Amino acid sequence: MRTLRFLLRKEFLQIRRDPAIMRMLVAMPLVQLLLLGNAATFEIRSSRMYVVDEDHSPTSRGLVTRMAASGRFEIADASPSMALANRALLDRDVSSILRVPHDFEADLVRVGAAPVQLVFNAEDGAAAGIRRTYATRIIAAYAAEVGEELRPTIATATGAPMRGAARIDVRARGWFNPELDYQAYMVPGILVLLVTMVATALGSMNIVREKELGTLEQLNVTPVTRAEFIASKLIPFWLIGLGVLAFGLTIARLAFNIPMRGSLALVFLAALIYLLVALGIGLWISTIVETQQQAMFVTFAINMVYMLMSGLFTPILSMPRWAQWIAQLSPVKHFIVLMRAVLVKGAGFSAVQLPLAVLAVYAAVVLTLAVRQYSKRTA
Amino acid sequence: MSAMGGFVVKEFHHILRDRQTLLILLLLPLAQVLLFGFALRTDIRGVRLVVVDPAPDASTLELRGRFAATGLFRIVGVEATPAALAPRFQAGSADQAVVFEPGFGEKLAHEGRAQLLVITDATDPNTGSAMQAYAAAVVQRYEQEIGARGGRQGVRIVPEVRMRFNPTLESANLFVPGLIALVLTIVSALMSAISLSREKERGTLEVLLVSPLKPWEIIAGKVLPYLVLGFANVLTVLGAAWFVFRVPFRGSVLLLLGESLLFIVTCLSLGVVIAAVTSSQRTAMIGALMGLMMPTTVLGGMIFPIESMPGWLQPLTNAVPGKWFILISRGIMLKGVGLAELWQETLILAGMMVVLLVAAVKTFRIRLG
Repeated sequence: MRTLRFLLRKEFLQIRRDPAIMRMLVAMPLVQLLLLGNAATFEIRSSRMYVVDEDHSPTSRGLVTRMAASGRFEIADASPSMALANRALLDRDVSSILRVPHDFEADLVRVGAAPVQLVFNAEDGAAAGIRRTYATRIIAAYAAEVGEELRPTIATATGAPMRGAARIDVRARGWFNPELDYQAYMVPGILVLLVTMVATALGSMNIVREKELGTLEQLNVTPVTRAEFIASKLIPFWLIGLGVLAFGLTIARLAFNIPMRGSLALVFLAALIYLLVALGIGLWISTIVETQQQAMFVTFAINMVYMLMSGLFTPILSMPRWAQWIAQLSPVKHFIVLMRAVLVKGAGFSAVQLPLAVLAVYAAVVLTLAVRQYSKRTA
Repeated sequence: MSAMGGFVVKEFHHILRDRQTLLILLLLPLAQVLLFGFALRTDIRGVRLVVVDPAPDASTLELRGRFAATGLFRIVGVEATPAALAPRFQAGSADQAVVFEPGFGEKLAHEGRAQLLVITDATDPNTGSAMQAYAAAVVQRYEQEIGARGGRQGVRIVPEVRMRFNPTLESANLFVPGLIALVLTIVSALMSAISLSREKERGTLEVLLVSPLKPWEIIAGKVLPYLVLGFANVLTVLGAAWFVFRVPFRGSVLLLLGESLLFIVTCLSLGVVIAAVTSSQRTAMIGALMGLMMPTTVLGGMIFPIESMPGWLQPLTNAVPGKWFILISRGIMLKGVGLAELWQETLILAGMMVVLLVAAVKTFRIRLG
């Protein structure tokens, strides 16, 4: 225990002496959290639309007005030429085209159905998909409204049921996040990822650095045990990581107003275990590799898997099956699931038992591996 | 110039000597583009659906069958009351629930209207609203069908949607250009940052600085071998995009290669600047990795549309080199446009490169003084 205390003091002194590391550890995650938390959203406020109205009827003009009034689309330009519209789309002057063909109103009155054409720039497919949803929703709402004016006999028949007419009233509820607020969903995940990236990088560079500088050999000839050595490397960053996480959660609450429905104590219990895993994986890498350069590339590779395969940005359900298995292996995935469940859904201990158990097993395995891998011999 | 030549040869030797690292540098970008190119998808499938059906009848069974038949939904449980839903949603074992009112079929047949509650786990707003739309579409189709059986006509405006440049919204077309930008940014910046900061840490950089080589020659000599390596990476990842993911290359491949070269030089210079302003390998690497990975992914427009970001944040995304390369590569690959349309983006990228190179050389001068 006494040895560990001395080793810890040495580690803390080293961290204090390198202000660049402390800055990176604390400032980088928090600044990025503030920036990226605002950026990670799929809600498009307003986008430019080109209108080609070939009908020039009150109904077609009403549709265009409705598009503009929705706030989702800004009518950037209008002309009867589809060629001009396509050119504007190609030059990225507009992101969508609405074309209302001839006889739009007449068809609606006569047949009760008429087409309109919507063209989107799907270069950025995500944005195009969102715009399509907005536009089709606005059109459907408009159709329901003009239906009453254009074909009153059918539309007013809702009170007394017509023969054969059947309506299913679908009431939709979005649980846990009814306002569809992206920040509630993204911010906890981004925070976890940022803390994990720093923790993994610091852990993986730590021992191999002493290897490269030659100070590891000096430590090897002292009576320090392997477990003590790993513990001395682990504990300082563990405490700092917890501090950053706590600070980040405070920012998440104050700046992003994310919900905290469940118990914060549960979140921190999980964080205690989780940070052991993240740092442990870093230290394990550090005991395996020979140079800091190698450590960095392994860290880079692992962090990419963490970032892109933990269900943070794209849903795990959409991945091919083999990729879902890789996602299961990512400790980040389990911690993000847990954070979202507790903070956003208000889950209690029993609901998050599984991810918690997975993390605990992970911690035990990774730390054992790190201690065993670190042999006190020189390579 | 012969001193310069010798220096470049020395740098090549450094890289070639370390076979293991060389192999990593050549294979890692390819492996990552392959792995994440397959894994990053946004199409929603296998929605785990719970049905709450207090009194099953012909209509509810038929509608349940409709949900299962779409292939999008997987019915994971049938309950009699909604009470069991909350724990299931909290534990994350269900994504959506359809709650029928008691006597659903009866009401539909006699009163002409019945109620249906669709509950969606909207923790993820994007997936949540998509699932909601899918469920609504299933119900609507069913509604129209039974309406048609009764001879009812509706008033409908039918949107004909065309997705220009990526008609099927294929996930690979969506993510692969961005993924290439991300991987190239980080690998290039890391490579040059490491090679310079290592010499700095070992003290060999001082030796180089007192040599007759000019600062720009040192930087050029350091960057040149990695430019070759980086270009090899461009070839492998673009090859993967073409052969494996079948991303269309509608524009000029030559132009794309040229733009890639420009982009790599920009990122290599970025690495040099990072190495110049940090004091150790460790800070340089963590700085390069931490400073580039998440910002390039989130602010570069690879996943989240830049138009969806708040107004004050959008100008900041202009500082991300990856953003411009994504615009260029999507333009060439998907839209088939040329330099006539992309000169602005190209100019910005070139400007970035010049600024970064000047900054890199300047920082070295300061050290000399």
